[in-house]
Amino acid sequence: MFIYTRPAYQFCQVVLQGYLDEQFYQLEELQDESSPNFVEEVVTLFFRDSSRLVANIDQALQKYPQDFRRLDNFMHQLKGSASSIGAAKMKNECTSFREFCNKENREGCLRSFQKVKKEHAVLKQKLENYFQ
Amino acid sequence: MERPLFSARAEAFPAGLRVLVVDDDPTWLKILEKMLRKCSYEVTTCSLATDALSMLREQKDKFDIVISDVNMPDMDGFKLLEHVGLEMDLPVIMMSIDGETSRVMKGVQHGACDYLLKPVRMKELKNIWQHVYRKKMHELKEIQTHYNNEDINILRYGSEDLDDRNLTDGITNISSARKRKDVDYKEFGDQEFGDPSRLKKARVVWSVDLHQKFVNAVNQIGLDKVGPKKILDLMNVPGLTRENVASHLQKYRLYLSRLQKQSEDSTSGGNMPSDLINNDNVANFELTSSTNMQQCSEHTKHVGTSENLVPGIIADAHIGDIKKIVPVQGIESEKGLISDSPISQNFNNVPRLSALFSFKGMTPGIEEKAREPTTSKHQTLHDGAPRMQCMHYPGQGNCGMLDDYSYLSSSDQDHQVSFNLCSSSPVISATVTNEKDMKDLSEMKPVPTDQRNAHFAAIPQVACMTGSVSLQIKHGMVHSQDAGAICKLDGSPNTKGCSTEQIDNQECFPLTCEFSPKSEAELDSLPGDLHLCSIQKFGCFEDVGFGGAENFQDIISTPDTQVQNDWYISSELNNDYLYETVDYPLIDECLFA
Repeated sequence: MFIYTRPAYQFCQVVLQGYLDEQFYQLEELQDESSPNFVEEVVTLFFRDSSRLVANIDQALQKYPQDFRRLDNFMHQLKGSASSIGAAKMKNECTSFREFCNKENREGCLRSFQKVKKEHAVLKQKLENYFQ
Repeated sequence: MERPLFSARAEAFPAGLRVLVVDDDPTWLKILEKMLRKCSYEVTTCSLATDALSMLREQKDKFDIVISDVNMPDMDGFKLLEHVGLEMDLPVIMMSIDGETSRVMKGVQHGACDYLLKPVRMKELKNIWQHVYRKKMHELKEIQTHYNNEDINILRYGSEDLDDRNLTDGITNISSARKRKDVDYKEFGDQEFGDPSRLKKARVVWSVDLHQKFVNAVNQIGLDKVGPKKILDLMNVPGLTRENVASHLQKYRLYLSRLQKQSEDSTSGGNMPSDLINNDNVANFELTSSTNMQQCSEHTKHVGTSENLVPGIIADAHIGDIKKIVPVQGIESEKGLISDSPISQNFNNVPRLSALFSFKGMTPGIEEKAREPTTSKHQTLHDGAPRMQCMHYPGQGNCGMLDDYSYLSSSDQDHQVSFNLCSSSPVISATVTNEKDMKDLSEMKPVPTDQRNAHFAAIPQVACMTGSVSLQIKHGMVHSQDAGAICKLDGSPNTKGCSTEQIDNQECFPLTCEFSPKSEAELDSLPGDLHLCSIQKFGCFEDVGFGGAENFQDIISTPDTQVQNDWYISSELNNDYLYETVDYPLIDECLFA
């Protein structure tokens, strides 16, 4: 597996714990002299954008009647965003949310979204620590 | 020969490839930019599709390739894709987190030359230059064939007088000319590929309007007195050259002379073996495209925004918007086409049909199979690839117009059957290219074929054909009520039945290509869909199949001389297609483009 090829000190705990996947390592590979803070910049960008999306979804969920297509669109964006840094757990929750959306299961969506938000928050915390 | 100087960028190719990335996700935009920079590409990013489009429009030569996300707020990625393909003719790569087959297929249908799944890896981006290169190779090849044909035409018809033209005269000259051109363009190709933006395409689109002007001019001058210069002057179209008009005129003359010969033959009994011609026959020849009209429809940047399109056999692109079968209906004259032998075609799977039913591209498997001698009068299906049998039904009596059924055979593998269905106005020609070995066709009854004039030739008993059918409505209108031959792609091995039918039924010209199963529904839509037929447009469409958008674009804008040859220019997925550049002159003769 790829992590064993990396020097021990480069292991990212966040990855090992499954919050992030291989994509995160790809980002680390991209970092070089010309962009020495690349990973951190990307992560910052991600959280800024994803927070916005999360807020949009929150809002959309409040509405009656539920516009599932719109919800799905938002979640699609969020999922895409999560994939950019390799936010694995968050991505999975996004996927289940979309499944509930397809079935127009509002309850399911609400529950699922709570999980998405949780993963989002946890990841943010962990990465903030990582970059400290 | 001295090689021209390159720009530094060209020399460094693929480094320095100018990429435009469009993605509304800022994180991805940043990552992609970094990745592409690491590939030594020149990157421009854009988060709005509309911005991207205006950027592209402003500076058409500024980019080599576009990478775009599928889901964007201001514009659907597929729409952007279509626009770019149509207007700028650049290769476009789509990206999405959604890897569902239907989405990918949609991307391909709209003309994407690739579809990447997010998260996108560096290694995937490293190779995107191939799409640019491939496109350039295609273009070069087209130019080459274009000039080949120009050469041929000039050699053959040095003067404007077409009387007593013996087509064989030029042939030896042609091949040497072609060889010369081959050499030239190979060098050209080597030199130029590195700097794609420098490649110029010089093409004339013989649109309906243009052709109409041409015809008007000819009629005004009088066909016997006409000459390219006079026509050119009368037409008064800026940018049109004497050469363009000259080659178009030749074709027009050929077409007219074929018409005339047709009527002569009918009175004199012609030189057609009687058993091959059913005089009372009216072949209804209707080619229906496959379900993948959707494919056609959508991938056709060409058709998608049909308003922009001139070449319109596919009319105001019903092809453009919907899955529909575009019927091309022709009329068989009493010359009758093939009376008793089925023409079976193996086609690559469904997606291959285009509006103009150019069934190009075979899976490698099919090709192999094609080369195997078949046992009977049919070609077995290969892996479910639809087989085309053509069957025609007795039509509505008169109008019998099937002019020429020209059967061009080459000694190589290619077997081309060309139908010229024309009345005084409409000329539909369907050319079927067969990759199959010719041996099966040896059973064919020999028919004095004036191949040069592309006149009727015998239809082989073992009409096993694989390859492409390109249908062109050359000129004028074809009315559905006249039509008859239904060409359906048959998904099930059925030839045998068909064969016997055909043999028994002298009336029937066996031309049935029936697409199953999806086409069933679409077949219903057939009768009404006259747009294809009822419009005086012509052009040559090639089924661009998967992502061959660029080809389509090329075809639309090709000059008439190379229309036929486009069929043989493979799209990306048709690289296996073995078209031997055999008889350009012959093909040329057959089809009035």
